[in-house]
Amino acid sequence: MDHGLALWFPAPASFTGEDVLELQGHGGRAVVAGVLEAVLAVDGVRLAEPGEFTRRAFDNHKLDLTEVEALADLIAAETAHQARLALQQGSGALSRQADAWRQRVIRLLAHAEAAIDFVDEPLPEDLAASALAEAAVLADDIERALDRSHRAERLRRGLQVAIVGPPNVGKSSLLNRLAERDVAIVSPVAGTTRDVVEVHLDLNGWPVTLADTAGLRDTVDPVEQEGVRRSAARMASADLVLLLRDASATIAGDVITPPGPVIHVATKIDLAASPPGWLGVSSATGAGLAGLLAEIEDHAARLLETGSDPSFGRERHRYALGDAVAALRRATVAALPELAAEDLRHAAHALGRIAGRVDVEDLLDVVFSEFCIGK
Amino acid sequence: MKRWDVIVVGGGHAGCEAAAAAARMGARVLLATHRRDTIGAMSCNPAIGGLGKGHLVREIDALDGIMARAIDRGGIQFRMLNRSKGPAVRGPRAQADRRLYAAAIQQLLAELPGLEITEGAVTDLQIEGGRCRGVIGSTGEALMADAVVLTTGTFLNGLIHIGEQRIPAGRVGEAPALGLSDRLIGAGLALGRLKTGTPARLDGRTIAWDRLEMQAGDDPPPPFSFLTTAITTPQIACGITETTPTTHAIIRANLSRSPMYSGQIASTGPRYCPSIEDKVVRFADRDRHQIFLEPEGLDDHTVYPNGISTSLPAEVQAAMIASIPGLEAATILRPGYAIEYDFVDPRELTPGLEVAKLPGLFLAGQINGTTGYEEAAAQGLMAGINAVLTPNGSPPFVLDRAEAYIGVMIDDLITRGTTEPYRMFTSRAEYRLSLRADNADQRLTDRGISVGCVGAARTDAYSGKRQALADARHRIQTTALSPTALATHGIEVNRDGLPRTALDVMRLPGMTREQLASAWPFVSEIAEPIWEQLSVDALYAGYLDRQEADIRAFRRDEALSLPPDLDVMAIGGLSAEIRQKLAAARPATLGAAGRIPGMTPAALVALLRFVRRADAA
Repeated sequence: MDHGLALWFPAPASFTGEDVLELQGHGGRAVVAGVLEAVLAVDGVRLAEPGEFTRRAFDNHKLDLTEVEALADLIAAETAHQARLALQQGSGALSRQADAWRQRVIRLLAHAEAAIDFVDEPLPEDLAASALAEAAVLADDIERALDRSHRAERLRRGLQVAIVGPPNVGKSSLLNRLAERDVAIVSPVAGTTRDVVEVHLDLNGWPVTLADTAGLRDTVDPVEQEGVRRSAARMASADLVLLLRDASATIAGDVITPPGPVIHVATKIDLAASPPGWLGVSSATGAGLAGLLAEIEDHAARLLETGSDPSFGRERHRYALGDAVAALRRATVAALPELAAEDLRHAAHALGRIAGRVDVEDLLDVVFSEFCIGK
Repeated sequence: MKRWDVIVVGGGHAGCEAAAAAARMGARVLLATHRRDTIGAMSCNPAIGGLGKGHLVREIDALDGIMARAIDRGGIQFRMLNRSKGPAVRGPRAQADRRLYAAAIQQLLAELPGLEITEGAVTDLQIEGGRCRGVIGSTGEALMADAVVLTTGTFLNGLIHIGEQRIPAGRVGEAPALGLSDRLIGAGLALGRLKTGTPARLDGRTIAWDRLEMQAGDDPPPPFSFLTTAITTPQIACGITETTPTTHAIIRANLSRSPMYSGQIASTGPRYCPSIEDKVVRFADRDRHQIFLEPEGLDDHTVYPNGISTSLPAEVQAAMIASIPGLEAATILRPGYAIEYDFVDPRELTPGLEVAKLPGLFLAGQINGTTGYEEAAAQGLMAGINAVLTPNGSPPFVLDRAEAYIGVMIDDLITRGTTEPYRMFTSRAEYRLSLRADNADQRLTDRGISVGCVGAARTDAYSGKRQALADARHRIQTTALSPTALATHGIEVNRDGLPRTALDVMRLPGMTREQLASAWPFVSEIAEPIWEQLSVDALYAGYLDRQEADIRAFRRDEALSLPPDLDVMAIGGLSAEIRQKLAAARPATLGAAGRIPGMTPAALVALLRFVRRADAA
C-alpha cells in the first residue's frame, strides 16, 4: 500500500498519557484512505472524535485546563506573536502562576485560620494582621497581571484598528490599498460604505484587524444611519484609530477626537500637499503607505507586547482574577477575623478555578507545618 | 435466644450516644461493654468542647443527645473560646470532673426506658445472608438484633507502648478487643492502623501551685445544652507552666527509646495533638512548650498535664517532668503512653454510617479514624438513629455540609477517608458563618423531631423558641419608619424618602439596641436569646447572603445522585487512578465525587452522564 514510518509512544510519556502508535505515510487520498480502511478493520479501532486526543490528555492529567485552552489558541493562531503567546501559556505557565498566587492565599488563609482555630496555642500575636497586610500586596500583584492580560487578550483577537473620517475621504480606497485586494465597495458617491468591512493583516507577526467604517455624518437614510452608528461603536472599541482627512479639502466643522491612540492620516496627497502634523498617503499612487504600515506596526508592538511573564488572555481567567482581587481587598477591610478568612477562602477558590483545584487539606498542611500546635 | 432492635458494642462517647439515640426513638437497645463502671469514661483529657468540637456538642444537644447535658452537670471550668471574635467561631469548652461526668452519663442512660446494659466482651459478629444480625459474647452466646453499632474506640487490637514496653490493651488496665478485626477483614473491609497518646497523670498534692500562673473559667459559666439555664457545679482554676531547655535535652537524649522514633510504632498519629517528642523534634528552634495543668475532679487529686503526651520510658518521663517549673517534686500516678489501634477505612461507610458491604452493621467513633470525644459522640448519635431507621426500610438520616458540622465530618470521612486521626476544626466547614454553636437548635432540632430522636421536653422548649424567633424576625422585617421619622430618634440615613425596616436599621454599623428601641419600643421587649440571634443575623448579613448563594450551588450538585451500583469501569474517559478513587469512596452524589481528593473537572463531566436527578429517582 505504502512505505511508511511507524512510531510507538508508550504510556505514560506520550501526549495523551496512553499508548500511541503513529503511522506516517506519503499522503495522497488513495494512500490515506487505504491505510485508514486497513486500520479501521482492526477490532476495537475507531476514528477519534474531534478534540479527543486533547481530551484524553486532559483526563490523564497530561494537560490542565489552561494548557488545553492554550492548545486551542495555538491551533487558531494566525501570526507568529499569537503562536508565541499560546506556546507560553501552553507550557503551564498560567497554571503555575495562578497556583503560586493560590499557594500564597492559602498560606495567608492558614494564618488567619490558625488565629481562629487555635486560640489557646502560642501563636505569633500579629499573625492575622500580617496576613491581611500581605493580602493587600498580593491584590496589587494580581492587578498588575490583570493589566497585562488585557494585552494578551488583544493579541489573541488582533489589534483592532478603525478607519474613520468624513464621507468620501477615501477610507475604503485606503483599506483596499492596504489589503491589496478589493474588499469594500468603492465608489465616488458619498456614503457608499454602509457596514463595517474588515481586513486581517499580519504585520511582522503582529495580528492587526483593519475596519473600514461608514463615513461619520448626519444623514436621514435609515440604512446609512445604522452604518454610522456601527462605525461610532467601532471607533469607541478600537485599540487604534486611523483618523482620515482629505488633503485636498478644507476642514468643515470639528475634527473628531477618538478616545484612544490615533494616527492622523491625510489622504489624496497626489492632489494636494499633506497638512503639517498629518501623515500623508495616496491610495492612487501608493505614496506614504509603507510609512503608514510601519506606524501601525509600531503601535501594534507597543499595545500587544506581553513580555515574558505569563498573561491570562481569556475572559474566564480575567473574571477569576478580578474575583480574587475583589475578595482580597474585602478581606483587608473585613470587620471580623472570620469574615476576613471567608474572603480569603473566596480568593483561593477563584484562583483555584483557573487551573481547577481547591482543597481544605492544603490549609491544614500549612498550619501544622508552620506552627507547633496541640497539647 | 434474646433479641433486640439495636445492639451497641462499646460504652464510650460514641456508644453512649448511639444507645441513647436509639432508645429515644423507642427501640429496644442492648449496650454491651467490658465494664459497666467505665461507661462515659474520659480516657484522655478531662475536657469537652473547644472550637469545632464545641459546635459538634451543641449539634448533638440540638438532636437531644446526652453529651451537653452531662458536661453541664460534670463541668468544673467553662470558657467560651474566641469571645473576642465573631459568633460563628466562638466555641464552648469545659473541663470535667471525670467522676461527675461519667455519673451524669450513666444517670441519663438509666432514665431511658428500653435501654439495657450488659457487661462482657463481644468476640464476633453474627452474619447471615450478607447481613449483620447480631454479635457473639465471650461465653459464646448469640445476641441477635436488626442492627449492630460497633464503637470499639482504641480497643480494636489495641497495643499500648511505654518506651520499649508493649502491652495489648484498649485502655490502661483494660483488655483489647481481639477477633473483631479479623471478622471485618473477612467481610472485605479495608482496615488501617492509627496511633494516639496520652500524658502521665500527676498527683496534684505534689504540685507547687503557688508558683504557677492560674487560669479561671468564665463567670458566669456558659452552658453547653440549650436546656441548661445555669451551671451549679463548683468551679475551679487551672495552672499553666511550660517545658524548659533541660526538658528538651532529656527528651533528645532519649529519643531512640521513644517507640515513635525507634520504629516500634509505624502508624500515624494526629498532627494537631503531637507528643512532646514530636514537638521537640519538629520545632527544634522553640525552647519551651506550654502545659496546662488540669485537675481531673473536685475531690480527685489526679492532675492531667495537657501538652506533654508521651510514650517515652517511665523513668525518662519522671526525669522530664521533674525538669518542669512547679513539677519538680510531682509524683507520677501513672505514666503516659502511646496506643496503636485498628480502624476501618471510613470510605467503606454509607452516608448513614452503615457498612456498605455488611448491611445492618454501623460504625462510629475512633473505629472510623476520628479522634476526640465530641467527634465520636456525634457519629454515635447518627449511627444510633440510622440503626433504628434503615432496617425498617426508611431512608437514612443524613445531614449535609451546609446543615451541620456533623454533616461536614461524616462527608469528609466517607468521601475522603483519612490518613491520620480526624479532628474537627471550624476551618473544615465551608459554610462556617451559617453553622454556628448558637444556632444549632434552629438548624437541627426540627430535623430531629421529625425523625423521632427528640424527646418531649426539648420539643416543647424548642417550639416556644422557634415561635418567638419567627415573631421577632417577622416584626423587624415588616415594621418601618421614614428617614425623617428616624432622624427624630437620632438615627441618620439617606433622606431619600424610602422607609427603612427595623432590620435595615439594625444592619447599620455601630447601631445599638438602645438606639433601635428608641425608634421601635418593642425591641426592648425581645427576650435576650432571641435578640442575640437577630443581632448575629444582622452582623453577618452581606456574607450570609453570599453564603446562601454558595449553598444553593452546593445543593444543586448534591441533588445529582450517582447510582449506588455505579460501575466505574464502564465510564469512558477516566484514568485508572480516578477509577480507583471512585471505587474506594463510592460517592453518592456528583457533589461528593467532586470532593474526592485528586478528582478532575474532566472526570466530573464524564460522571455527569451517569447522574440520576433526585427528583427522577
